[in-house]
Amino acid sequence: MEKLKLHTNNTGEAVISISGLYKSFDDLQVLKGIDFSLFKGENVAVLGKSGSGKSVLIKIIVGLLKPDKGEVLVLGEHVDILERKALDALRLRIGFSFQNSALYDSMNVFQNLAFPLTMNRNNLSKPDVTNAVEEVLEAVGLKDKINVLPSDLSGGQRKRIGIARTLILNPEIMLYDEPTSGLDPVTSAEIIELINEVQQKYNTSSVIITHDLTCAKNTGNRIAMLLEGSFLKVGTFAEVFASDNEQIKGFFNYNFIQ
Amino acid sequence: MAIFRSRKYIFSKGLDPFFSGVQSAYSFTALFFKEAFKRPFHFREVLNQSFEVGLKSLPLITLTGFIIGIVFTKQSRPSLEDFGATSWLPSLIGIAIVRALGPLVTALICAGKVGSSIGAELGSMKVTEQIDAMEVSAINPFKYLVVTRVLATTITLPVLAMYCSFVGLYGSYVNVHSEEAVSLVTYYQSAFSSISFLDIFTSVSKATIYGFTIGIVGSYKGFNATQGTRGVGKAANQAVVLSMFLIFLEELIIVQVANWIRYF
Repeated sequence: MEKLKLHTNNTGEAVISISGLYKSFDDLQVLKGIDFSLFKGENVAVLGKSGSGKSVLIKIIVGLLKPDKGEVLVLGEHVDILERKALDALRLRIGFSFQNSALYDSMNVFQNLAFPLTMNRNNLSKPDVTNAVEEVLEAVGLKDKINVLPSDLSGGQRKRIGIARTLILNPEIMLYDEPTSGLDPVTSAEIIELINEVQQKYNTSSVIITHDLTCAKNTGNRIAMLLEGSFLKVGTFAEVFASDNEQIKGFFNYNFIQ
Repeated sequence: MAIFRSRKYIFSKGLDPFFSGVQSAYSFTALFFKEAFKRPFHFREVLNQSFEVGLKSLPLITLTGFIIGIVFTKQSRPSLEDFGATSWLPSLIGIAIVRALGPLVTALICAGKVGSSIGAELGSMKVTEQIDAMEVSAINPFKYLVVTRVLATTITLPVLAMYCSFVGLYGSYVNVHSEEAVSLVTYYQSAFSSISFLDIFTSVSKATIYGFTIGIVGSYKGFNATQGTRGVGKAANQAVVLSMFLIFLEELIIVQVANWIRYF
Protein backbone atom coordinates (compact mmCIF):
# COMPACT_ATOMS: atom_id res chain seq x y z
CA MET A 1 0.00 0.00 0.00
CA GLU A 2 1.35 3.38 -0.94
CA LYS A 3 2.28 5.57 1.99
CA LEU A 4 0.59 8.94 1.70
CA LYS A 5 1.88 12.18 3.14
CA LEU A 6 -0.51 14.44 4.96
CA HIS A 7 -0.67 17.12 2.29
CA THR A 8 -1.95 20.63 2.73
CA ASN A 9 -1.90 23.97 1.01
CA ASN A 10 -1.12 25.53 4.36
CA THR A 11 2.34 27.09 4.22
CA GLY A 12 2.22 28.32 7.83
CA GLU A 13 4.26 27.16 10.77
CA ALA A 14 3.94 23.45 11.57
CA VAL A 15 3.29 22.98 15.29
CA ILE A 16 3.39 19.19 15.00
CA SER A 17 5.57 17.44 12.51
CA ILE A 18 5.83 13.65 12.41
CA SER A 19 7.75 11.54 9.95
CA GLY A 20 8.20 7.79 9.53
CA LEU A 21 6.38 6.95 12.76
CA TYR A 22 6.13 3.27 13.71
CA LYS A 23 4.61 1.80 16.85
CA SER A 24 3.83 -1.76 17.81
CA PHE A 25 2.59 -3.56 20.91
CA ASP A 26 4.16 -7.02 21.17
CA ASP A 27 3.48 -8.59 17.79
CA LEU A 28 0.80 -6.11 16.78
CA GLN A 29 2.03 -3.36 14.45
CA VAL A 30 -0.28 -0.39 15.13
CA LEU A 31 1.33 2.52 13.26
CA LYS A 32 3.13 1.74 10.05
CA GLY A 33 5.14 4.74 8.95
CA ILE A 34 3.00 7.78 9.64
CA ASP A 35 3.86 11.21 8.22
CA PHE A 36 1.84 14.03 9.73
CA SER A 37 1.85 17.82 10.03
CA LEU A 38 -0.42 20.12 11.98
CA PHE A 39 -0.20 23.79 11.13
CA LYS A 40 -0.78 26.71 13.44
CA GLY A 41 -4.43 27.60 13.83
CA GLU A 42 -5.91 24.60 12.01
CA ASN A 43 -7.99 21.64 13.13
CA VAL A 44 -7.14 18.22 11.72
CA ALA A 45 -9.65 15.44 12.27
CA VAL A 46 -8.09 11.98 12.26
CA LEU A 47 -10.82 9.63 11.16
CA GLY A 48 -10.69 5.87 11.39
CA LYS A 49 -12.27 2.82 12.89
CA SER A 50 -11.51 1.50 16.37
CA GLY A 51 -8.10 -0.10 16.71
CA SER A 52 -6.61 1.73 13.75
CA GLY A 53 -4.07 3.53 15.95
CA LYS A 54 -5.70 6.96 16.25
CA SER A 55 -5.38 7.26 20.03
CA VAL A 56 -1.88 5.81 19.92
CA LEU A 57 -0.90 8.63 17.56
CA ILE A 58 -1.93 11.43 19.96
CA LYS A 59 -0.52 9.59 22.97
CA ILE A 60 2.84 9.59 21.17
CA ILE A 61 2.44 13.31 20.41
CA VAL A 62 1.99 14.11 24.10
CA GLY A 63 4.75 11.72 25.19
CA LEU A 64 2.55 9.14 26.94
CA LEU A 65 3.87 6.47 24.57
CA LYS A 66 7.29 6.15 23.01
CA PRO A 67 7.52 5.44 19.28
CA ASP A 68 9.49 2.47 18.00
CA LYS A 69 10.84 4.46 15.08
CA GLY A 70 10.36 7.89 13.56
CA GLU A 71 10.64 11.56 14.39
CA VAL A 72 8.03 13.44 16.46
CA LEU A 73 8.47 17.20 16.59
CA VAL A 74 5.99 19.16 18.70
CA LEU A 75 6.41 22.94 18.93
CA GLY A 76 9.99 22.43 17.77
CA GLU A 77 10.87 19.81 20.40
CA HIS A 78 11.66 16.12 19.82
CA VAL A 79 9.07 14.62 22.18
CA ASP A 80 10.49 11.09 22.08
CA ILE A 81 13.90 12.09 23.45
CA LEU A 82 12.97 14.84 25.91
CA GLU A 83 13.96 14.62 29.58
CA ARG A 84 11.14 14.70 32.15
CA LYS A 85 11.54 18.42 32.98
CA ALA A 86 11.58 19.54 29.35
CA LEU A 87 8.72 17.18 28.51
CA ASP A 88 6.63 18.64 31.34
CA ALA A 89 7.36 22.17 30.09
CA LEU A 90 6.18 21.10 26.64
CA ARG A 91 3.09 19.38 28.04
CA LEU A 92 1.99 22.66 29.60
CA ARG A 93 1.60 23.93 26.03
CA ILE A 94 -0.51 20.94 24.96
CA GLY A 95 -4.07 20.23 26.08
CA PHE A 96 -5.24 16.61 26.05
CA SER A 97 -8.94 15.84 26.30
CA PHE A 98 -9.47 12.17 27.16
CA GLN A 99 -12.13 9.93 25.67
CA ASN A 100 -13.69 9.29 29.10
CA SER A 101 -12.80 12.76 30.39
CA ALA A 102 -10.50 11.26 33.08
CA LEU A 103 -11.74 13.68 35.75
CA TYR A 104 -10.35 13.06 39.24
CA ASP A 105 -13.13 11.22 41.09
CA SER A 106 -12.13 12.41 44.52
CA MET A 107 -12.17 16.10 43.57
CA ASN A 108 -15.10 18.37 42.74
CA VAL A 109 -15.17 20.42 39.54
CA PHE A 110 -13.36 23.39 41.10
CA GLN A 111 -10.60 21.17 42.49
CA ASN A 112 -10.31 19.29 39.18
CA LEU A 113 -9.68 22.54 37.35
CA ALA A 114 -7.55 24.21 40.01
CA PHE A 115 -5.30 21.15 40.48
CA PRO A 116 -3.18 21.44 37.29
CA LEU A 117 -2.99 25.19 37.79
CA THR A 118 -1.82 25.16 41.41
CA MET A 119 0.62 22.32 40.76
CA ASN A 120 2.26 24.15 37.88
CA ARG A 121 2.01 27.83 38.81
CA ASN A 122 3.20 28.31 42.36
CA ASN A 123 2.96 32.09 42.29
CA LEU A 124 -0.81 32.27 41.83
CA SER A 125 -2.95 33.60 44.67
CA LYS A 126 -6.25 31.99 45.68
CA PRO A 127 -8.37 34.68 43.94
CA ASP A 128 -6.28 34.25 40.77
CA VAL A 129 -6.99 30.51 40.77
CA THR A 130 -10.70 31.05 41.43
CA ASN A 131 -10.89 33.61 38.61
CA ALA A 132 -9.12 31.27 36.19
CA VAL A 133 -11.44 28.39 37.09
CA GLU A 134 -14.54 30.54 36.72
CA GLU A 135 -13.30 31.87 33.38
CA VAL A 136 -12.83 28.42 31.80
CA LEU A 137 -16.06 27.16 33.31
CA GLU A 138 -17.81 30.09 31.68
CA ALA A 139 -16.11 29.24 28.38
CA VAL A 140 -17.57 25.72 28.50
CA GLY A 141 -20.91 26.95 29.85
CA LEU A 142 -20.85 25.11 33.18
CA LYS A 143 -20.19 27.80 35.76
CA ASP A 144 -23.04 26.53 37.92
CA LYS A 145 -21.37 23.11 38.33
CA ILE A 146 -18.33 24.45 40.20
CA ASN A 147 -18.94 22.49 43.41
CA VAL A 148 -20.31 19.32 41.84
CA LEU A 149 -18.49 15.97 41.93
CA PRO A 150 -17.68 14.33 38.56
CA SER A 151 -19.95 11.39 39.44
CA ASP A 152 -22.92 13.78 39.47
CA LEU A 153 -22.24 15.14 35.97
CA SER A 154 -23.71 13.86 32.71
CA GLY A 155 -21.47 12.46 29.94
CA GLY A 156 -21.55 15.70 27.98
CA GLN A 157 -20.85 17.80 31.06
CA ARG A 158 -17.89 15.60 31.94
CA LYS A 159 -16.48 16.10 28.43
CA ARG A 160 -16.88 19.86 28.81
CA ILE A 161 -15.16 19.90 32.19
CA GLY A 162 -12.40 17.73 30.73
CA ILE A 163 -11.88 20.31 27.99
CA ALA A 164 -12.03 23.15 30.55
CA ARG A 165 -9.32 21.43 32.59
CA THR A 166 -7.00 21.52 29.60
CA LEU A 167 -7.90 25.12 28.72
CA ILE A 168 -6.96 26.42 32.14
CA LEU A 169 -3.28 26.06 31.24
CA ASN A 170 -3.75 28.06 28.00
CA PRO A 171 -2.47 25.40 25.61
CA GLU A 172 -1.30 26.12 22.08
CA ILE A 173 -2.26 22.67 20.82
CA MET A 174 -5.41 20.73 21.70
CA LEU A 175 -5.62 16.97 21.31
CA TYR A 176 -9.14 15.55 21.51
CA ASP A 177 -9.55 11.80 21.90
CA GLU A 178 -13.01 10.78 20.66
CA PRO A 179 -14.75 13.95 21.93
CA THR A 180 -18.24 12.83 20.90
CA SER A 181 -18.12 9.12 21.68
CA GLY A 182 -20.97 7.90 23.84
CA LEU A 183 -22.96 11.12 23.49
CA ASP A 184 -26.40 11.69 22.01
CA PRO A 185 -26.60 13.72 18.76
CA VAL A 186 -27.64 16.95 20.51
CA THR A 187 -24.83 16.81 23.07
CA SER A 188 -22.39 15.80 20.30
CA ALA A 189 -23.38 18.92 18.38
CA GLU A 190 -22.72 21.03 21.50
CA ILE A 191 -19.26 19.51 21.92
CA ILE A 192 -18.50 20.09 18.22
CA GLU A 193 -19.52 23.72 18.66
CA LEU A 194 -17.32 23.97 21.74
CA ILE A 195 -14.30 22.56 19.87
CA ASN A 196 -14.72 25.22 17.19
CA GLU A 197 -15.23 27.95 19.78
CA VAL A 198 -12.07 26.88 21.60
CA GLN A 199 -10.09 27.07 18.36
CA GLN A 200 -11.30 30.62 17.73
CA LYS A 201 -11.22 31.97 21.28
CA TYR A 202 -7.93 30.41 22.41
CA ASN A 203 -6.32 30.36 18.95
CA THR A 204 -5.34 26.71 19.32
CA SER A 205 -4.29 24.17 16.73
CA SER A 206 -6.09 20.87 17.24
CA VAL A 207 -5.97 17.20 16.39
CA ILE A 208 -9.39 15.60 16.78
CA ILE A 209 -9.40 11.82 16.95
CA THR A 210 -12.80 10.49 16.04
CA HIS A 211 -14.78 7.84 14.22
CA ASP A 212 -17.79 10.14 14.07
CA LEU A 213 -18.24 11.55 10.55
CA THR A 214 -20.33 14.50 11.75
CA CYS A 215 -17.66 15.48 14.23
CA ALA A 216 -14.88 15.13 11.65
CA LYS A 217 -16.79 17.09 9.03
CA ASN A 218 -17.72 19.95 11.35
CA THR A 219 -14.48 20.36 13.25
CA GLY A 220 -11.71 19.43 10.81
CA ASN A 221 -10.19 21.91 8.36
CA ARG A 222 -8.53 18.78 7.04
CA ILE A 223 -9.43 15.12 7.41
CA ALA A 224 -6.82 12.39 7.69
CA MET A 225 -8.15 8.90 7.08
CA LEU A 226 -6.21 6.45 9.26
CA LEU A 227 -6.88 2.81 8.55
CA GLU A 228 -4.75 -0.13 9.63
CA GLY A 229 -1.90 2.04 10.83
CA SER A 230 -1.45 4.22 7.73
CA PHE A 231 -2.99 7.39 6.37
CA LEU A 232 -4.94 6.28 3.31
CA LYS A 233 -6.21 9.68 2.29
CA VAL A 234 -5.78 13.24 3.48
CA GLY A 235 -7.64 16.33 2.40
CA THR A 236 -10.87 18.18 2.89
CA PHE A 237 -13.89 16.18 3.95
CA ALA A 238 -15.25 16.29 0.39
CA GLU A 239 -11.96 15.02 -1.04
CA VAL A 240 -11.75 12.14 1.40
CA PHE A 241 -15.42 11.32 0.93
CA ALA A 242 -14.94 11.18 -2.86
CA SER A 243 -12.01 8.75 -2.59
CA ASP A 244 -12.01 5.64 -4.76
CA ASN A 245 -10.23 3.60 -2.11
CA GLU A 246 -12.38 0.59 -1.22
CA GLN A 247 -11.50 0.67 2.50
CA ILE A 248 -12.43 4.36 2.78
CA LYS A 249 -15.63 3.79 0.85
CA GLY A 250 -16.42 0.88 3.15
CA PHE A 251 -15.83 3.05 6.22
CA PHE A 252 -18.12 5.82 4.98
CA ASN A 253 -20.82 3.41 3.81
CA TYR A 254 -20.82 1.59 7.14
CA ASN A 255 -21.10 4.85 9.06
CA PHE A 256 -23.97 6.10 6.91
CA ILE A 257 -25.83 2.83 7.35
CA GLN A 258 -25.26 3.15 11.10
CA MET B 1 18.52 -28.10 13.68
CA ALA B 2 16.25 -27.97 16.71
CA ILE B 3 19.05 -26.80 18.99
CA PHE B 4 19.36 -23.52 17.03
CA ARG B 5 15.64 -22.80 17.21
CA SER B 6 15.02 -19.29 18.62
CA ARG B 7 13.81 -19.55 22.23
CA LYS B 8 10.53 -17.80 23.07
CA TYR B 9 11.20 -17.82 26.82
CA ILE B 10 14.40 -17.14 28.75
CA PHE B 11 13.57 -19.65 31.52
CA SER B 12 10.05 -20.99 31.05
CA LYS B 13 6.50 -19.79 30.47
CA GLY B 14 5.85 -19.71 34.22
CA LEU B 15 9.19 -18.34 35.44
CA ASP B 16 9.63 -15.51 32.92
CA PRO B 17 6.67 -13.41 34.17
CA PHE B 18 7.81 -14.00 37.76
CA PHE B 19 11.30 -12.67 37.12
CA SER B 20 10.06 -9.77 35.02
CA GLY B 21 7.62 -8.97 37.86
CA VAL B 22 10.48 -8.97 40.39
CA GLN B 23 12.52 -6.74 38.11
CA SER B 24 9.60 -4.36 37.62
CA ALA B 25 8.90 -4.21 41.39
CA TYR B 26 12.58 -3.50 42.01
CA SER B 27 12.56 -0.64 39.47
CA PHE B 28 9.37 0.73 41.05
CA THR B 29 10.96 0.70 44.52
CA ALA B 30 14.18 2.25 43.21
CA LEU B 31 12.13 4.99 41.55
CA PHE B 32 10.46 5.71 44.90
CA PHE B 33 13.82 6.40 46.55
CA LYS B 34 14.88 8.53 43.59
CA GLU B 35 11.70 10.62 43.62
CA ALA B 36 11.24 10.83 47.41
CA PHE B 37 14.29 13.04 47.86
CA LYS B 38 13.69 15.29 44.86
CA ARG B 39 11.71 18.53 44.81
CA PRO B 40 8.85 19.37 44.81
CA PHE B 41 7.79 17.81 48.13
CA HIS B 42 4.04 17.39 48.53
CA PHE B 43 3.94 17.76 52.33
CA ARG B 44 0.25 18.60 52.44
CA GLU B 45 -0.65 15.45 50.49
CA VAL B 46 1.58 13.32 52.77
CA LEU B 47 -0.28 14.80 55.72
CA ASN B 48 -3.67 14.13 54.09
CA GLN B 49 -2.71 10.55 53.34
CA SER B 50 -1.30 9.99 56.85
CA PHE B 51 -4.56 11.25 58.26
CA GLU B 52 -6.45 8.88 55.94
CA VAL B 53 -4.30 5.88 56.92
CA GLY B 54 -4.52 6.64 60.63
CA LEU B 55 -8.18 7.48 60.72
CA LYS B 56 -9.20 4.49 58.58
CA SER B 57 -7.39 1.99 60.77
CA LEU B 58 -7.80 3.47 64.23
CA PRO B 59 -11.16 1.94 65.26
CA LEU B 60 -10.19 -1.53 64.07
CA ILE B 61 -6.75 -1.34 65.68
CA THR B 62 -8.27 -0.20 68.97
CA LEU B 63 -10.75 -3.05 69.02
CA THR B 64 -8.31 -5.72 67.84
CA GLY B 65 -5.51 -4.57 70.17
CA PHE B 66 -7.86 -4.56 73.16
CA ILE B 67 -9.22 -8.03 72.38
CA ILE B 68 -5.75 -9.47 71.79
CA GLY B 69 -4.64 -8.12 75.16
CA ILE B 70 -7.54 -9.80 76.91
CA VAL B 71 -7.29 -13.11 75.01
CA PHE B 72 -3.52 -13.40 75.33
CA THR B 73 -3.71 -12.76 79.07
CA LYS B 74 -6.52 -15.28 79.50
CA GLN B 75 -4.57 -17.94 77.57
CA SER B 76 -1.27 -17.32 79.36
CA ARG B 77 -2.57 -17.20 82.93
CA PRO B 78 -3.23 -20.99 83.45
CA SER B 79 0.27 -21.95 82.28
CA LEU B 80 1.89 -19.37 84.56
CA GLU B 81 -0.34 -20.45 87.47
CA ASP B 82 0.99 -24.01 87.10
CA PHE B 83 4.45 -22.66 87.89
CA GLY B 84 3.23 -20.14 90.46
CA ALA B 85 4.51 -17.36 88.28
CA THR B 86 1.42 -15.19 87.68
CA SER B 87 3.39 -12.16 88.83
CA TRP B 88 5.33 -12.48 85.59
CA LEU B 89 2.16 -12.03 83.59
CA PRO B 90 2.55 -8.26 82.91
CA SER B 91 6.16 -8.77 81.79
CA LEU B 92 5.22 -11.66 79.54
CA ILE B 93 2.34 -9.79 77.97
CA GLY B 94 4.43 -6.61 77.68
CA ILE B 95 7.23 -8.39 75.84
CA ALA B 96 4.86 -10.33 73.60
CA ILE B 97 2.79 -7.30 72.65
CA VAL B 98 5.53 -4.70 72.27
CA ARG B 99 8.02 -6.99 70.54
CA ALA B 100 5.73 -8.95 68.26
CA LEU B 101 1.96 -8.66 68.45
CA GLY B 102 1.55 -4.87 68.39
CA PRO B 103 3.48 -4.20 65.16
CA LEU B 104 2.35 -7.43 63.51
CA VAL B 105 -1.36 -7.04 64.22
CA THR B 106 -1.24 -3.37 63.18
CA ALA B 107 0.55 -4.28 59.97
CA LEU B 108 -1.93 -7.04 59.11
CA ILE B 109 -4.91 -4.76 59.74
CA CYS B 110 -3.37 -1.97 57.67
CA ALA B 111 -2.43 -4.40 54.89
CA GLY B 112 -6.09 -5.37 54.67
CA LYS B 113 -7.58 -1.94 55.09
CA VAL B 114 -5.03 0.53 53.75
CA GLY B 115 -3.13 -1.68 51.28
CA SER B 116 -6.30 -2.75 49.51
CA SER B 117 -7.58 0.81 49.49
CA ILE B 118 -4.35 2.13 47.90
CA GLY B 119 -4.36 -0.71 45.36
CA ALA B 120 -7.99 -0.12 44.42
CA GLU B 121 -7.74 3.68 44.33
CA LEU B 122 -4.62 3.81 42.18
CA GLY B 123 -5.87 0.90 40.06
CA SER B 124 -9.09 2.72 39.39
CA MET B 125 -7.20 5.92 38.55
CA LYS B 126 -5.00 3.93 36.19
CA VAL B 127 -7.79 2.23 34.24
CA THR B 128 -9.85 5.43 33.96
CA GLU B 129 -6.80 7.32 32.64
CA GLN B 130 -6.69 9.71 35.62
CA ILE B 131 -2.98 8.92 36.03
CA ASP B 132 -2.39 9.73 32.35
CA ALA B 133 -4.38 12.94 32.87
CA MET B 134 -1.92 13.98 35.59
CA GLU B 135 0.97 13.07 33.36
CA VAL B 136 -0.25 15.25 30.47
CA SER B 137 -0.90 18.12 32.89
CA ALA B 138 2.84 18.10 33.67
CA ILE B 139 2.24 16.63 37.13
CA ASN B 140 4.45 13.70 38.08
CA PRO B 141 1.85 11.08 39.13
CA PHE B 142 4.44 8.82 40.69
CA LYS B 143 5.58 11.60 42.98
CA TYR B 144 2.11 12.88 43.78
CA LEU B 145 0.35 9.54 44.21
CA VAL B 146 2.95 6.92 45.07
CA VAL B 147 5.61 8.79 47.04
CA THR B 148 3.04 10.53 49.25
CA ARG B 149 1.16 7.30 50.02
CA VAL B 150 4.28 5.27 50.76
CA LEU B 151 5.63 8.02 53.03
CA ALA B 152 2.25 8.24 54.77
CA THR B 153 2.11 4.51 55.54
CA THR B 154 5.78 4.46 56.55
CA ILE B 155 5.30 7.33 59.00
CA THR B 156 1.91 6.28 60.34
CA LEU B 157 2.46 2.56 60.95
CA PRO B 158 4.97 2.96 63.84
CA VAL B 159 2.59 5.39 65.56
CA LEU B 160 -0.32 3.00 65.10
CA ALA B 161 1.79 0.04 66.25
CA MET B 162 2.75 1.84 69.47
CA TYR B 163 -0.88 2.78 70.00
CA CYS B 164 -1.92 -0.84 69.41
CA SER B 165 0.63 -2.00 71.99
CA PHE B 166 -0.70 0.42 74.58
CA VAL B 167 -4.30 -0.60 73.92
CA GLY B 168 -3.29 -4.29 74.02
CA LEU B 169 -1.63 -3.77 77.41
CA TYR B 170 -4.74 -1.98 78.60
CA GLY B 171 -6.86 -4.96 77.47
CA SER B 172 -4.52 -7.21 79.40
CA TYR B 173 -4.79 -4.93 82.46
CA VAL B 174 -8.60 -5.08 82.29
CA ASN B 175 -8.42 -8.87 82.38
CA VAL B 176 -5.87 -8.96 85.21
CA HIS B 177 -7.81 -6.33 87.15
CA SER B 178 -10.94 -8.51 87.01
CA GLU B 179 -9.06 -11.26 88.84
CA GLU B 180 -6.83 -9.37 91.24
CA ALA B 181 -6.47 -5.88 92.64
CA VAL B 182 -3.78 -4.07 90.69
CA SER B 183 -3.54 -0.44 89.62
CA LEU B 184 -3.09 0.60 86.01
CA VAL B 185 0.19 2.42 86.77
CA THR B 186 1.63 -0.56 88.62
CA TYR B 187 0.58 -2.87 85.81
CA TYR B 188 2.17 -0.71 83.11
CA GLN B 189 5.35 -0.25 85.22
CA SER B 190 5.55 -3.97 85.66
CA ALA B 191 4.94 -4.64 81.95
CA PHE B 192 7.57 -2.12 80.84
CA SER B 193 10.16 -3.25 83.39
CA SER B 194 11.15 -6.13 81.12
CA ILE B 195 11.11 -4.11 77.91
CA SER B 196 14.46 -2.80 76.81
CA PHE B 197 15.35 0.02 74.45
CA LEU B 198 16.20 -2.61 71.84
CA ASP B 199 12.64 -3.97 72.07
CA ILE B 200 11.15 -0.54 71.44
CA PHE B 201 13.66 0.19 68.70
CA THR B 202 12.97 -3.16 66.99
CA SER B 203 9.24 -2.64 67.30
CA VAL B 204 9.35 0.81 65.75
CA SER B 205 11.76 -0.33 63.02
CA LYS B 206 9.56 -3.31 62.23
CA ALA B 207 6.45 -1.15 61.98
CA THR B 208 8.30 1.31 59.75
CA ILE B 209 9.35 -1.49 57.41
CA TYR B 210 5.83 -2.95 57.40
CA GLY B 211 4.41 0.49 56.63
CA PHE B 212 6.79 0.91 53.72
CA THR B 213 5.89 -2.57 52.47
CA ILE B 214 2.15 -1.91 52.61
CA GLY B 215 2.51 1.43 50.82
CA ILE B 216 4.86 0.28 48.10
CA VAL B 217 3.04 -3.00 47.38
CA GLY B 218 -0.38 -1.30 47.26
CA SER B 219 0.95 1.46 45.03
CA TYR B 220 2.82 -0.96 42.76
CA LYS B 221 -0.20 -3.18 42.24
CA GLY B 222 -2.53 -0.21 41.69
CA PHE B 223 -0.15 1.67 39.42
CA ASN B 224 0.26 -1.38 37.21
CA ALA B 225 -3.41 -2.40 37.11
CA THR B 226 -4.76 -3.44 33.71
CA GLN B 227 -7.93 -5.04 32.30
CA GLY B 228 -10.48 -2.47 33.47
CA THR B 229 -12.58 -2.96 36.60
CA ARG B 230 -11.51 -6.60 36.88
CA GLY B 231 -7.94 -5.39 37.10
CA VAL B 232 -8.85 -2.98 39.91
CA GLY B 233 -10.24 -5.82 42.03
CA LYS B 234 -7.22 -7.93 41.22
CA ALA B 235 -4.85 -5.10 42.19
CA ALA B 236 -6.59 -4.62 45.55
CA ASN B 237 -6.58 -8.34 46.26
CA GLN B 238 -2.95 -8.84 45.26
CA ALA B 239 -1.91 -5.81 47.31
CA VAL B 240 -3.29 -7.45 50.45
CA VAL B 241 -2.00 -10.97 49.77
CA LEU B 242 1.50 -9.89 48.78
CA SER B 243 1.80 -7.34 51.62
CA MET B 244 0.81 -9.96 54.19
CA PHE B 245 3.23 -12.51 52.78
CA LEU B 246 6.09 -9.98 52.80
CA ILE B 247 5.21 -8.81 56.32
CA PHE B 248 5.53 -12.37 57.67
CA LEU B 249 8.78 -12.82 55.77
CA GLU B 250 10.13 -9.55 57.17
CA GLU B 251 8.98 -10.52 60.69
CA LEU B 252 11.00 -13.70 60.43
CA ILE B 253 14.13 -11.88 59.28
CA ILE B 254 13.83 -8.99 61.77
CA VAL B 255 13.31 -11.36 64.72
CA GLN B 256 16.44 -13.26 63.71
CA VAL B 257 18.46 -10.06 63.40
CA ALA B 258 17.09 -8.64 66.69
CA ASN B 259 17.90 -11.85 68.54
CA TRP B 260 21.35 -11.88 67.06
CA ILE B 261 21.90 -8.29 68.28
CA ARG B 262 20.39 -9.10 71.69
CA TYR B 263 22.71 -12.04 72.39
CA PHE B 264 25.77 -10.67 70.62
